[in-house]
Amino acid sequence: MSFVVETEHLAAGYDGREILRDVSLRVTAGDVVAVLGANGSGKSTLIRTILGLVPTLRGGIELFGAPQKRFRQWERIGYVPQRLGAGSGVPATVGEVVASGRLARRGIFRLPGKVDKTAVREALTAVGLLDRIDDPVATLSGGQQQRTLIARALAGQPDLLVLDEPNAGVDAASQEAFAGALTRFAGDGGTILVVLHELGPLRQLIGRAVVVHDGRIAHEGTPPEPAGHHAEPDHEHLHPHAEEIKPAICEWAPTEQTKAY
Amino acid sequence: MELFAFPYMQRALIAAVIIGLAAPAIGVYLVQRRLSLIGDGIGHVALTGVGVGLLTNTSPVLTAVLVSIAGAVGVELIRERGRTSGDLALAMLFYGGIAGGVLLVGLSKDSSTSLMQYLFGSLLTTSAEDLWVIGGLGAAVVAVMLVLRPALFALCNDEEYAKVSGLPVRTLNILLAVMTALTVTIAMRTVGLLLVSALMVVPVAAAQQVTRGFRSTMTLGIVIGVGAAAGGVLISAEADTAPGATTVLLALAVFVGTAVGGSAMRRFRRRSGDSPVTSEPPDVVLHA
Repeated sequence: MSFVVETEHLAAGYDGREILRDVSLRVTAGDVVAVLGANGSGKSTLIRTILGLVPTLRGGIELFGAPQKRFRQWERIGYVPQRLGAGSGVPATVGEVVASGRLARRGIFRLPGKVDKTAVREALTAVGLLDRIDDPVATLSGGQQQRTLIARALAGQPDLLVLDEPNAGVDAASQEAFAGALTRFAGDGGTILVVLHELGPLRQLIGRAVVVHDGRIAHEGTPPEPAGHHAEPDHEHLHPHAEEIKPAICEWAPTEQTKAY
Repeated sequence: MELFAFPYMQRALIAAVIIGLAAPAIGVYLVQRRLSLIGDGIGHVALTGVGVGLLTNTSPVLTAVLVSIAGAVGVELIRERGRTSGDLALAMLFYGGIAGGVLLVGLSKDSSTSLMQYLFGSLLTTSAEDLWVIGGLGAAVVAVMLVLRPALFALCNDEEYAKVSGLPVRTLNILLAVMTALTVTIAMRTVGLLLVSALMVVPVAAAQQVTRGFRSTMTLGIVIGVGAAAGGVLISAEADTAPGATTVLLALAVFVGTAVGGSAMRRFRRRSGDSPVTSEPPDVVLHA
């Protein structure tokens, strides 16, 4: 059987510096997989390598059963980067940014048609930003910009969503909005691979957690159950992470959670 | 106005309008990418091409096209590869270009007049043959910029996302570089190599003071570019000033106008308390 994403003894890095050392990961259709780990563990590099943004040093990557180098069905993948790209010298509306998500499906020579416009509006509705479609993205809050990027990925109607820390620096309303959007996407049979700093509002959705440490997979299995006051639904993570637990493998698991194992 | 009965003035006006159209059409992508000065750099490199043409008695425009395309593709490859020394490498290329140009033009026979023509433009000497070249290349640039707008927008807005969308990122980057080089060489006759970049950047900068989206910025930028180019030729003919400099100063005047108007507009909106505006159409008309 073929997997949506499969890496075999993957090593990757920039400028001769090896960040991923040996990662074998399999994601099946319909999986919702969280990639967790401390800053610098290689968790972002893992998904960026899978997408071809970081050069592979050793090992293999297959996407939908095809070797990544020969993979051409990019419309099946929706990528949500950590932030909007640096190129913002000219204003762009939310609608224009989200419309970029249709390119993979439409091809670069065809002009956008009715189907594309409908898909853009549906994607913006899914993240609750339809009323901002004509506003410049620069006027949106960080969380709303993040939702714009998720809408851009959803607009392409992908089978696999790959998200890089969508929760980082995002207000609670936006976190809830895209947790809802992702839940609907997964409910329709979509596959999700998401890099997270902490599980947060996505906890209910995650079927499997992969913990990356020092370029290797340190732990793989069901996501850790919250314990103590972390289990309370209205609990807010106001305390600093990682600093107190020096030999910790990862930042996402504060001490109480680790004890619950 | 009777000056425009002369064919050379008509040719000058047509050439200026074509360049006023093409330069902001490509400039909007360069500004979006924060490569506003790339046109200036390629202009420096094009001067070496002019020198090669004058020295070898071939068409300076043709050699400038070839050399600036080579330069633009070289810049793109440096940008793509080096994250660290790109800035320095570009500086080397630019100064090498202008020094090489001055040297080569100096070696040819009629040096000083030619050099001034290319550095500051000589619109009035546009021949019918030149006009065909300017028209053909200008039409090609505008067509590519409009047809590939969604793809080029995605590329300039977020290059990594474009790559994951399966867009031919490298080909598009090189295409953009080649188109920039073509625009620089056709514009060197109007405004001169030293002011080429201004026509690519200033109309876009002026437009984005009052626009909300990319498409509206591109459209208004082109309108301002054409207006400034045509206005520059008309004013310079009446006032006997240099057409290139007049055009650029006119575009800058529009920029000052839209910057002041735009900030007044935003302040008015904030005071009337309906910010952030949600029902505003994306195209905001310029109030002069």
